[in-house]
Amino acid sequence: MKKLRYAGVLTAVALALTTTAGCGGEKVGAEKPAAGGKDCGTFNLTVSPWVGYEANAAVVAYVATKELGCKVVKKNLKEEIAWQGFSTGEVDVNLENWGHEDLKKKYITTDKVAVEAGSTGVKGVIGWYVPPWMAAKYPDITDWKNLNKYAAVFKTSESGGKGQLLDGDPSYVTNDEALVKNLALNYKVVQSGSETALIQAFRDAEKNKRPLLAYFYEPQWFFNEVKLVKIDLPAYKAGCDAVPAKIACDYPPYDLDKIVSKKFADSGSPAYDLVKNFQWTNEDQNTVARMIAVDKLTPDQAAEKWVKDNQSKVNAWLGK
Amino acid sequence: MAAITSDVEVEVRRPRRSVVVGVLLVVWVAAYFVLRGIDTLVLGGQETTPLHRWLTDHRDDVGQGNVFFEAIRIVVDHFVVLLQNVISQPSFDRPVPVIGWLGVVAISAYCAWAFGNWKVAVLTAAGLGFVGLQGLWQESMDTLALTVAAVLLSLLFAIPLGIWAGLSNRAFRVATLVLDLMQTLPTFVYLAPLTLFFAIGPAAATIATLIYAAPPAVRLTAHAIRSVPPESVEAARSLGSTRGQTLLKVLLPMSRSTVVVGINQTIMAALSMVTVAALIDAPGLGQTVLKALQTLDVGVAFNAGLAIVVIAIVLDRVTTAAGDRPWRTASLRRKVLLGAGALAVLVAVWFSRTYVWAAEFPSDANVGSRIAVVATDVTNWVQDVFGGFTYGVRDAVTIGLLNPLEALLTGSPWWLVSAVVVALAAVLGGWRGAVPAAVCLVLLVATGVWQDSMVTLASTLLATVVVVAVGLALGVWSGRNRRVDTWIRPVLDAGQTMPPFVYLVPFLALFGTSRFTAIAAAVVFAVPVTTKIVADGIKAVPVATVEAANSVGSSAWQVISKVQLPVARRAITLAVNQGLIYVLSMVVVGGLVGAGALGYDVAAGFAQSELYGKGLAAGLAIVLLGVMLDRITQAAARRTQNFQNRGDMR
Repeated sequence: MKKLRYAGVLTAVALALTTTAGCGGEKVGAEKPAAGGKDCGTFNLTVSPWVGYEANAAVVAYVATKELGCKVVKKNLKEEIAWQGFSTGEVDVNLENWGHEDLKKKYITTDKVAVEAGSTGVKGVIGWYVPPWMAAKYPDITDWKNLNKYAAVFKTSESGGKGQLLDGDPSYVTNDEALVKNLALNYKVVQSGSETALIQAFRDAEKNKRPLLAYFYEPQWFFNEVKLVKIDLPAYKAGCDAVPAKIACDYPPYDLDKIVSKKFADSGSPAYDLVKNFQWTNEDQNTVARMIAVDKLTPDQAAEKWVKDNQSKVNAWLGK
Repeated sequence: MAAITSDVEVEVRRPRRSVVVGVLLVVWVAAYFVLRGIDTLVLGGQETTPLHRWLTDHRDDVGQGNVFFEAIRIVVDHFVVLLQNVISQPSFDRPVPVIGWLGVVAISAYCAWAFGNWKVAVLTAAGLGFVGLQGLWQESMDTLALTVAAVLLSLLFAIPLGIWAGLSNRAFRVATLVLDLMQTLPTFVYLAPLTLFFAIGPAAATIATLIYAAPPAVRLTAHAIRSVPPESVEAARSLGSTRGQTLLKVLLPMSRSTVVVGINQTIMAALSMVTVAALIDAPGLGQTVLKALQTLDVGVAFNAGLAIVVIAIVLDRVTTAAGDRPWRTASLRRKVLLGAGALAVLVAVWFSRTYVWAAEFPSDANVGSRIAVVATDVTNWVQDVFGGFTYGVRDAVTIGLLNPLEALLTGSPWWLVSAVVVALAAVLGGWRGAVPAAVCLVLLVATGVWQDSMVTLASTLLATVVVVAVGLALGVWSGRNRRVDTWIRPVLDAGQTMPPFVYLVPFLALFGTSRFTAIAAAVVFAVPVTTKIVADGIKAVPVATVEAANSVGSSAWQVISKVQLPVARRAITLAVNQGLIYVLSMVVVGGLVGAGALGYDVAAGFAQSELYGKGLAAGLAIVLLGVMLDRITQAAARRTQNFQNRGDMR
């Protein structure tokens, strides 16, 4: 009974509060949203889970929305699922594709549900990196021939007595096991399993001066924080990576490109031309990625800022 | 007299079994030194077997374009989107959801009060208000909509199935196997195919959540029904009740509190899937966590994780209060109050539809960013202070325990490991242990990922032992002491629902990328469920039994070891099973922080299409490990119990 009385009092108080405080304030729907413009329609844009991609997506979505009046639906998807989306019609645009020849073969050549839409202008680099303090302390470490000399430095609880070479997210292309074997390096490839683990490892290595040799790639927002140093593996020559098990050379430079669904390419939407013409540089992408990752702007704010400073590039994409 | 003879029995029996086990282990180690390196079935990172390639080729065969799946998708999709329209997304040509934040808070608090009590009503209002102040109102409502949909849909199947499995032994055996499969098969294995059947979006996310979340409700319902004393059922039968009456008037009311524990566990499991489901574009807090982690922003990730924990605690407390509420008709006074409350709720809903301040949560409080800053500072401080020490702990455990165990498992020929495991199972659990163990081992070899399975098995064994030890200690403590229980529960809830990646980043800083990090994460995730089930079992020990033991002057330790633990044996067996399964369900997360082996194989199968088959095989290997360990422990528990019973009979 006593409990009930408390409850009654509480309700009464709550009721009194809401009625006195409530009357007043702006009404819902008083502020009408601005009406959309030309006939561009809707397109689905996949957003892969890394900041560089998000920079691409932010700028394209901003321009498509503001300049063309399109409705852009962003979907946060892993790469593999995004490719699947081309066949089910739920993804129209992928703005940064790293290689994936097998998927291109399946969805572009065999199933004919997707088409290539040209380069993004961004160059991808994959390789082995060490934190800057190591490059400063052991200047000759950046030559792969000296790696065996330092193998003992890189020993950890996971590497079974050899030096540790840390690999990243399983989504990314890697030849590291073959490289270690074919270059006769006294190292063991240890899978960190995710980009998060890899970046945390580098951050920790630089801060606490711990040795670390790991697979990494550019462009990456983390280079704004720590300037990792790349190890020179035997130079890449066309065809030296033809047989996966026999690879003994560096990773090829990647031309990151765009993929769109066949349906979207044939739709004649002005958004398709925008996506096709979209091209910028590593520098540009890093600027936007930095605003998102370090300055904590929302993707939209970051895009707005960049577009304001680079109107001429944007005009070129729009064919103005 | 019974007690004395049973002691004698144990003394005669125990040494013999442990001696046999000891001899087996010594023989194994000796054989390892002779035979190591032979027939270890190594398979390199990018290598696959014909089975893997076959699985890859046939990935899309099941159900694509199937009318049945399409129907399910439409129903689930509409249900989730409806919920989202009502509480989270702008809908029906309005810039805000149908019900704004004030309305949602009012309705939730009112329901909590009506079904529970006024305390949980206040907690509900405070919890939701806090989430709003964190600046995560819309994300939280998306998550809530998805969770509510998944939980309601899973209960729709889980409770009837649980009752059936509780009543029929055959159904129970089949159900246990299927549930083990549902809980241990890593979500990553079916996440990508699910998007093919059910399309990218809320439906696929809900169904993925549902598959993982339904089992605890089935299991605990079955467990509850089976735990009803046969005397009560007999009594009801002798008074002439039909089967239906017995079920409705005796079995269900008597098992209500355990069924509610099951529903709680389902809610927790559903919330723990929020981040994983975000990988296939499930809306809500999971997105916030994933986005924050791309830039290693622990603070923001923690803020979103905290919102998930708060929602979990609110849902848990409300369901518990509803479960504890005695079933009786309300007094006139309460009816009047309920009516008045309903009126107040309607007023609040009207406000939230009319005024902007009541529709969109005011965004100027900024509590969220302050929480983020504090969380980041605390993490950095912990890393700086304990960084060196924790590396030492890791190396000691890895070199002293994990590496030798792993070497023994991976270095021995597969037939030696299999023979030893089957022999151990036979000694500990008789044929009930040995036969399933043999079957699982044969299938493990067939999956082609034997070596990786052994690496994972070593970590799993270590993690499970820690989980059971910690879970038993905490469970007994909180089962015996109500105050401890009140304090410890929010921590347990946090451990279970805080997305692992939020605490994995600090763990990575403390322990580096290693198998140890993965073990630590698994322990954090699995201890809560073990603790809760043990505590529930200890609480269910009749007060009279404990009083009787106390009155003859037993010490606290004697009461625990001779009365409470034996009486709660069934709950403890279940707790061990769930502890093990939760450890195994973290194997994939472990693969993301350096544990490699099966977890990495599964993650790689999700990420690279040509490795899909291998990922699926690795996922099945995790299930096989789970089933094998579970059957051996169950059989061993059953055997110990039989010995005790026999002793009592003499």
